[in-house]
Amino acid sequence: MAVIEVNGLLKRYGAQVAVDDVSFTVAEGEIFGVLGPNGAGKTTTVDCITGLRVPDRGTIEVLGLDPRRDGDTLRRVLGVQLQHGRLPERMTVGEAVALYASFYTDPADGDALLERLGLDRMRATRFGALSGGQQQRLAIVLALIGRPRIAVLDELTTGLDPQSRRNTWELVEQIRADGVTVLLVTHFMEEAERLCDRLALIDAGRVVAIDTPDGLVERVRAPQVIRFRPSEPVPDAVLLALPEVAAVTQHQGCVEVTGTGDVLAAVTTALAQRRIVAAELRITQPRLDDAFVALTGETGR
Amino acid sequence: MKGLCALTISETRLFLRDRASAFYTLAFPALLLAVLGSIPFFGEPVAPDGPRLIEVYVPVVIALVLAAVALQGLPSLLASYREQGVLRRLRVTPVRPETLLTAVLIMMLGVTAVSTVLVLAVGRIAFGVALPAAPLAFAVALLFTAAAIYGLGLLVAAVASTGRAGNAIGSLVFFPMLFFGGMWLPRDAMPTLLRTISDFTPLGAGVGAVQAASAGAWPQLVHLGVLLAWAVAAGALAARLFRWE
Repeated sequence: MAVIEVNGLLKRYGAQVAVDDVSFTVAEGEIFGVLGPNGAGKTTTVDCITGLRVPDRGTIEVLGLDPRRDGDTLRRVLGVQLQHGRLPERMTVGEAVALYASFYTDPADGDALLERLGLDRMRATRFGALSGGQQQRLAIVLALIGRPRIAVLDELTTGLDPQSRRNTWELVEQIRADGVTVLLVTHFMEEAERLCDRLALIDAGRVVAIDTPDGLVERVRAPQVIRFRPSEPVPDAVLLALPEVAAVTQHQGCVEVTGTGDVLAAVTTALAQRRIVAAELRITQPRLDDAFVALTGETGR
Repeated sequence: MKGLCALTISETRLFLRDRASAFYTLAFPALLLAVLGSIPFFGEPVAPDGPRLIEVYVPVVIALVLAAVALQGLPSLLASYREQGVLRRLRVTPVRPETLLTAVLIMMLGVTAVSTVLVLAVGRIAFGVALPAAPLAFAVALLFTAAAIYGLGLLVAAVASTGRAGNAIGSLVFFPMLFFGGMWLPRDAMPTLLRTISDFTPLGAGVGAVQAASAGAWPQLVHLGVLLAWAVAAGALAARLFRWE
């Protein structure tokens, strides 16, 4: 079942078109990513879904509700973490959680959420004294305090150190395990690849592709590169004879094979038949990064 | 309603946590009156058979409290909330940012009321200044003054893009306003032209209205009219220009 349906969304700021004919649907219980370079129109798209902005054209339905007309009903079942949404500097973590819990009729257990996000010892700490990562985690607590059916997380891990980023990813997976649909806005390939069931790739306000992370990678058919040191010399022709192999180069006893599809299996089988052992075997697979570059012409991160 | 209640408590707590502004708003006005009252000159009548200078100054100090909160506190608070995305964050909860605005106004009016009571108490206990002889008229005068000044405060909050700008523009309005309210030269001592100008400024009209009520009379209609005009004009303009983000 689709919980979010965006159809032909268009949003202009003055003469500039920020979002141009964006359409996608998000199924219940899925982690759906909106991926794109900075300034691609990701946040504008999400702002229209949460009702912060009014689209110039197109329709949006979230749980069957129109974000503009039924905003009051929608905001009770939507948990949002904003890219630019701070709290008063002097408000403590505990106060913020209690305050936001009071906005909802059946809030989640704030203490349990704080513990889950590792903030249970920070209750008396003021927002202004928290580190960037702690502020982000508090924002997630507040997004989840109302027991939302949909969590919208905008640039969740921007500014976090790698360890906090990984912890946050685990948390997003937990959120989904609780049955919450997650709409994740990001410009980190690694994050999208790791977390999202499906992705909408947005560039310059337009949807370039919607697919699973693997599907997107497959689309561009970027070559894989295999490097190894064979136990005895391998003639190029042996490898080039394989249909999966596109090119072979040899340098100082090292072989580099470029190919597509199941190239690794083909190469290792061919070597095994000749009783050659491949040492220091390394494979570089195409990643979302490559797909992103190929599909948008932009350099991803 | 629950949200408004929680936000009002929260805003009050945050206000009191800022020691400097809590002192400036709650204790400073009463202390200022105490210092002024200790100067012998303030015990003298301003004119033969007229009120003592300290009696003239009680409404001025009350107006000072009102204007300080509305013009220095309100714009910088709202502009910084907008700048930091506090209002934006609230827009995606079941509570509307209007509710936060209401909570802030309730908190500020409450703080002003407490400070006003302290000023009246110091005047009465330390210097024998009679309590307002017409309490109802006094309340009406304060309410009209508050409406005018808070309208201006909201207008400053609407045009200020940052908390700092809010503070700066607010102060720019605050000090001339205070002058016309009679902070440095009591309205009774102003030359006729200056007093006429003062009559048409929010704080001048406000102090005039509060002084009349303190003496037991109803405020002049012209003063109430001026206050109402400021409240409507500034309030309407603020409503047009105000942005949540």
